[in-house]
Amino acid sequence: MKRRRMIGMAGAGVGLAAAGGAFALSQGSGTVPVASSSGDAIPFYGVRQAGIVTPAQDRLHFVAFDVITKNRAELVTMLENWTAAAARMTAGLDAGTMGAVGGIPESPPDDTGEAIGLPASGLTLTIGFGPSLFTKFGLGKQRPVALEDLPHFPGDAIDATISGGDIGIQACAHDPQVAVHAIRNLARMGMGVVSVRWSQLGFGRTSSTSTSQATPRNLFGFKDGTANLKAEETALLDEHLWVRDGDGPSWMTGGSYLVTRKIRMIVETWDRTSLGEQEAIVGRTKGSGAPLGSSGEFDEPDFSAMSGNIPTIPVDAHVRLAHPTQNQGARLLRRGYNFVDGSDGLGRLNAGLFFIAYQRDPRRGFIPVQTALARRDSMNEYIRHISSGIFACPPGLEAADDFWGRKLFT
Amino acid sequence: MRRITAASAASLLLLAGCGSSGDDSSAAAGSDDKIAVAASDTACEVAKSESGAGTVTFAISNKGDKVTEFYVYAAGDRVMGEVENIAPGLSRDLHVELTAGTYETACKPGMIGKGIRNGFTVTGSAAALTEDAKLAQATTDYQRYVKSQTGALIDKTTEFVAAVKAGDAAKAKALFPVSRTYWERIEPVAEIFGDLDPAIDGREDGLEPGQDFTGYHRLEKDLWQTEDISKSGPIADKLLVDVQKIVDQANSASLSPLQLANGAKELLDEVASGKITGEEDRYSHTDLWDFAANVEGSQAAIAALRPALEEKDPALVKTLDERFAAVEAALETHRSGDGWKLHDQLSQADLKVLSDNINALAEPISTVAGLVAGK
Ligand SMILES: [Cu+2]
Repeated sequence: MKRRRMIGMAGAGVGLAAAGGAFALSQGSGTVPVASSSGDAIPFYGVRQAGIVTPAQDRLHFVAFDVITKNRAELVTMLENWTAAAARMTAGLDAGTMGAVGGIPESPPDDTGEAIGLPASGLTLTIGFGPSLFTKFGLGKQRPVALEDLPHFPGDAIDATISGGDIGIQACAHDPQVAVHAIRNLARMGMGVVSVRWSQLGFGRTSSTSTSQATPRNLFGFKDGTANLKAEETALLDEHLWVRDGDGPSWMTGGSYLVTRKIRMIVETWDRTSLGEQEAIVGRTKGSGAPLGSSGEFDEPDFSAMSGNIPTIPVDAHVRLAHPTQNQGARLLRRGYNFVDGSDGLGRLNAGLFFIAYQRDPRRGFIPVQTALARRDSMNEYIRHISSGIFACPPGLEAADDFWGRKLFT
Repeated sequence: MRRITAASAASLLLLAGCGSSGDDSSAAAGSDDKIAVAASDTACEVAKSESGAGTVTFAISNKGDKVTEFYVYAAGDRVMGEVENIAPGLSRDLHVELTAGTYETACKPGMIGKGIRNGFTVTGSAAALTEDAKLAQATTDYQRYVKSQTGALIDKTTEFVAAVKAGDAAKAKALFPVSRTYWERIEPVAEIFGDLDPAIDGREDGLEPGQDFTGYHRLEKDLWQTEDISKSGPIADKLLVDVQKIVDQANSASLSPLQLANGAKELLDEVASGKITGEEDRYSHTDLWDFAANVEGSQAAIAALRPALEEKDPALVKTLDERFAAVEAALETHRSGDGWKLHDQLSQADLKVLSDNINALAEPISTVAGLVAGK
C-alpha cells in the first residue's frame, strides 16, 4: 500500500480499513469513495499549533535536536521538508510522496513503513525553538526575552546531555507506533542538518486538556491535572497560555512557550509510604482526588481549613504550593506523560513523569511555581528533576504556503 | 490531502497485488485520459499516482482561495512541466512528456514554497543501464580502482603475514591496520563473494558452532589480547590464501553501476554500525583506520559515477562533495602520526560528531542507486 489508510471510526481499526481497500479494488479504477471520515486525524493547519489545547492523547514521543549545520539555507529546506512530512503524517499518510512501498526497488523508501495500515491515530506534531538556536544563527533580535534557559532550581540534578536543544518536537498520538514513526521519519529526513540530542517516550497522559477528558493518574497513583487550564476556558487561555501582540517579537504572537522537565520518581520509597502521608504530601485524597477537607475532585481547596491546630492541607503540600492563589495567579497548561525507561541496574524502575507545560510567559508561569515547589514541596523527597528544556512554539500554519519557522528565517 | 482519492487508492492496491511496480500493466500507457488534480489552499489531490510513459496530461482545478501553480518534478527538483497563475475557481491543463521513473507533482497555493507534493510513477520500457555510456564508463573506471587496491592488499597482507610468522609482534601490530586499509576500501566488492568474507574479516561473536575463528580479527586477538602469536602461523597462511582468492575473483568479476552505488552506501553503513562503536577492531582499537578507508572507498565509487550523477542531479553532487569534505575534516582532528588515534582515546562527544557527519553523508548517498536505476 502506498499510502496509509485514514479512517475515522475509533475502534473500527485496521479490519475496516482492509475491507474498504478490498471494496475499492473490486471497483477497478472507479471512483468509489473509501472510508474517509477524518475524525481520527487532527487538522494540521490552523491558527494554533495542534498538540497544545487539542485533547491530550495517550502516547508521547518527544525529541530535541541540535542543529549541526551552519548553513541557514539547509536548515530552512529541512524545515520546509519537515512541514510537508508533518502535514502528511498527521493526516495518516506516509512521510514522503512515494511512501514506504511505492517507490522504485533501488531506492530506500521515503517512509520507514512501521505505520502502514495504521490510521492517523490523532497524531499531532508541535514544534518549538530553543534559546541556543538563536545564538547559532545570529537571530538575537528575534529572540523573545521570555525564552531564557531555565534557572537552576534548588535540588535540581539536571543532566545536560538530556536537556536543552535547538529544536523540540512533541509527537502525541493514541498509538505509540504512530508517534515513534513520526519522530523517526523527521530524524531521518534531518540527517546532516540536525542531530538528535535526546528523546523521551511517554505513556499515559498525566493531565487532561479538555473538560471532556477524565483526570488521569500519575505513577504515584494520584490524579494529575485536575486544576489544569482546559481548551474550553478560552478567556483563561488568552490570559495565561497564548502569547499576545506586544509580549515579544511578532513571530511568536499566537504561540506559546513550552517547558519540559523529566522528573524521576523514586517509586519504591513512595510505595513504602503510608496512605495518610502520601495524601498529606499531595494535599488531595488518593481515591477521588478531592482536596483534603473537601469531597469532590473539582472542589476549590480550602487552604485556611484547620484540623485542630494544624492546616488540613499541610503548608508543604504539593497542591498548596502549586496553586495559582499562592503564585500570583500563575496558571499552566500541562500535558505531561508517565515514563518507564526500563530499570536502573539497582533493581529500581527508572520511572517518573515527563512534565510538559505550555504558558504565555515562563517568567510568570513555570519559573515562580517551580521555585516555590523546589524550595518547600514535601514531595521532593521522592522526585528528582533530571532534564530541563524550554522552547518557543510559534502559532499554527494556516495554509500550505507556510512552513515551520518561516517568519524566523526568511 | 486529508483524503485518499478513490482512484489512487485503487491503483495502489493493484500495484500491491502484482508485487512490483515494474510489471504493472494497468498503467494507462498511451491513453489520453486527463489526470484530474483538485487543488486547494491545504490539499493537492491528484487522481492517479502513476501513468505509462509518454505524454501525460494533468487537468488542474483550483478550488482554494489563493492563486496556485502546478509542477511536475524529476529527481533533484528538475522541472518537467509547470502551469502558473491558476486563479481561484479556474482550471488549466498541463501536458508533459515523461519517461519511466519516479516524479513528484506539486500544487503551490500562494505560488510560494515547496508546495504540496505527491509521488508520481511512470512505467514503461526503458534502456538497460549499461547502454548509458556514462554509467558504462563508471564501471570501467571503478574496476581500475579495484585493481589498484587489490594489488596493494596482497602486498601489505603478505608483509603482515610474514611479520606474524616471524614472531615480530611489534611489526605485525604496525602492519595490521595498514593491510586492512586496502581491504576496507573495497569491502563491498569482497562481500559479493560471500563465503570468503567471514573467513577473512569475521569476528569471534559472529561464528556459528563448528566454524573456526580465522582471518584478520583472529590475528588481531592473538596480537593484542592473548599476546601470543607463536601458534598463529597457520591462521596467517590461511588469511593470505583467502585474500588471494578474493583478489582473483574481484579482478575477474565486472560490477554493475548499481553495485557501485550500493557499495558506496554500504561502506558508510559499515562505518556507522561497526567503526563508530569500536566493535570491529575491539582488541587493537584501530577502528579509525578502517573508518578512513571505508570513506575513501565510498568516495572512489561516487567519483566513478560522478559524470553520470552530474547529468542527473548536479545539486546532489554538490551536497556529496560538501559532506565528504565535512567527514574528512571531522576525521582529520583525530590524526596521530601516520595514522589515527585509537578508538578508546575518543570521547563520546567526539564519536557523536563523527556519527553525525557519517549520517549526513550516508543519507544523500542512499539516493544514488535510485538515481542510477532511474535511467
Ligand atoms: Cu569490515
